[in-house]
Amino acid sequence: MKIVVPIKRVIDHNVRVRPTADGTGVDSTSVKMAINPFCEIALEEAVRLKERGLASEVLVVTIGTAAAQEQLRGALAVGADRALLIETERALEPLAVARTLTRVVEEERPGLALLGKQAIDSDDNQVGQMLAALLGWPQATFASAVELEGEKARVTREVDGGMVTLELALPAVVTADLRLNEPRYARLPDIMKAKKKPIERRTLEEMALDLPAQTEVLAVETPTPRQRGVILDSVDALIDKLRNVEKVIR
Amino acid sequence: MSSLILIEHHDGRISPACARVVAAARKLGAPIEALVAGYRVEEVAAQAARLDGVSRVLVADDARYADQLAEPLATLLAAHAKRYGYLLAAASTFGKDVLPRAAALAGVGQISEVIEVVDPATFKRPIHAGALVATVRSDAPLKVLSIRATAFESVGEQAPAPIETVEAQGEALGARFVESHREASERPELTAARVVVSGGRGLGSKQNFSLLEGVAGKLDAAIGASRAAVDAGYVSNELQVGQTGKIVAPDLYIAVGISGAMQHLAGMQGAKVIVAINRDEEAPIFQVADYGLVGDLFELLPELERKL
Repeated sequence: MKIVVPIKRVIDHNVRVRPTADGTGVDSTSVKMAINPFCEIALEEAVRLKERGLASEVLVVTIGTAAAQEQLRGALAVGADRALLIETERALEPLAVARTLTRVVEEERPGLALLGKQAIDSDDNQVGQMLAALLGWPQATFASAVELEGEKARVTREVDGGMVTLELALPAVVTADLRLNEPRYARLPDIMKAKKKPIERRTLEEMALDLPAQTEVLAVETPTPRQRGVILDSVDALIDKLRNVEKVIR
Repeated sequence: MSSLILIEHHDGRISPACARVVAAARKLGAPIEALVAGYRVEEVAAQAARLDGVSRVLVADDARYADQLAEPLATLLAAHAKRYGYLLAAASTFGKDVLPRAAALAGVGQISEVIEVVDPATFKRPIHAGALVATVRSDAPLKVLSIRATAFESVGEQAPAPIETVEAQGEALGARFVESHREASERPELTAARVVVSGGRGLGSKQNFSLLEGVAGKLDAAIGASRAAVDAGYVSNELQVGQTGKIVAPDLYIAVGISGAMQHLAGMQGAKVIVAINRDEEAPIFQVADYGLVGDLFELLPELERKL
């Protein structure tokens, strides 16, 4: 069984992000980029399933500029077998991403699409669910455990206030949450080997998909910073403030 | 064009977030209807009908919705979408699971985690875990919005709106509910709690972390943790507040022994009042805290518990 893992190149989570000078986007010039952490977890899970003999091949795919080859190489170095770059300068909305991935899945016919639950830049949390909808596949979002048994996946989901376990008939879509695993680091020999693995490249244009933009970003701003408050000299003063000024405790 | 809100419910009760989603919907200026889908949900429908601003409640009562699986729910929602200008749900794990699936079936995008309705087509939403706020405009005839419930004040109650039954539709597509484990904790759920008490590496050990429970108990608070505390093994990462953990926006957030790494601040800056207790007065947490206590948390915490 083949597993497709779509990944996204994002600004590294340690970077302090800023709006662009014109205030309509996020400044990504000369900042450190990385594979989205949740995509990294999805990839790790796919690689582990392959190592346990439950999957035959792991294909990573990303949609972006040529620069995203860096993240695909990183994915090859931790165990992906093949990589596909769908090149475009456009920043696609989640539905457009899902439509593009639907085409890839229809061509590749995997038994499982494993994605991160969300990208830490746009924070949309949509692509996996949309992909499942467009394919007519069952879904399990926010996975904290994935087991494959024959033609079925048993997935434990992390939901508000607890856990829910679902069984999905394959093929299916699963999105990874933080607790699913701890991704490995690439070993140097594997990084060297990954440099020699081919990355298949095609352009979004040649796929001839209709992907109209539906939203427009009018502004990106830094939220009004919180005012630095006051240092109090006693627990009594704190309780007084919380009870009588802020009225957040009784 | 009206708005349709997908009602979230558990064990016969509507989620408190629903009253906040109605508040967001009222800002759109369109008539508001609510959709209750579940099995034996008469009582849930009655509760939804009392949310102030809801003009009609649609009920799809069928065993196929018993486990609240995204597959049949999204199909049902998308089938009704044509008659509406907006589809809304809370950006809870339930809303996040169902809503994008319904949007894709309806052929439209979704605007996630709306924190402000600027006008009927323009919305503000946090990106980069709240480090930035984007203002986005959608001209789609159907706008699908997930609502960050904590950004809106709950609506009150009204005389019940009419309730109508609609036909059940949608299949599970091979998904099957197996079991659920609701946390047995007496503490409220982290993302819904009115008060959150969080601990960081300053607590020093797994054992010391339990010191938070006393204060949390007095305040009926949820317990959270910084990434550093999770990485140090004091608590499991389901309690992690931050960019890669849970995003919380309680009325009161008490950070104990947390230095205030950007990662953590991203998850709690939406709190109304932030209190920091830390030994190091230079700790970055004090830059966002409304009130600070500088000192030994092992003295301050028991004192706070005693005096609350």
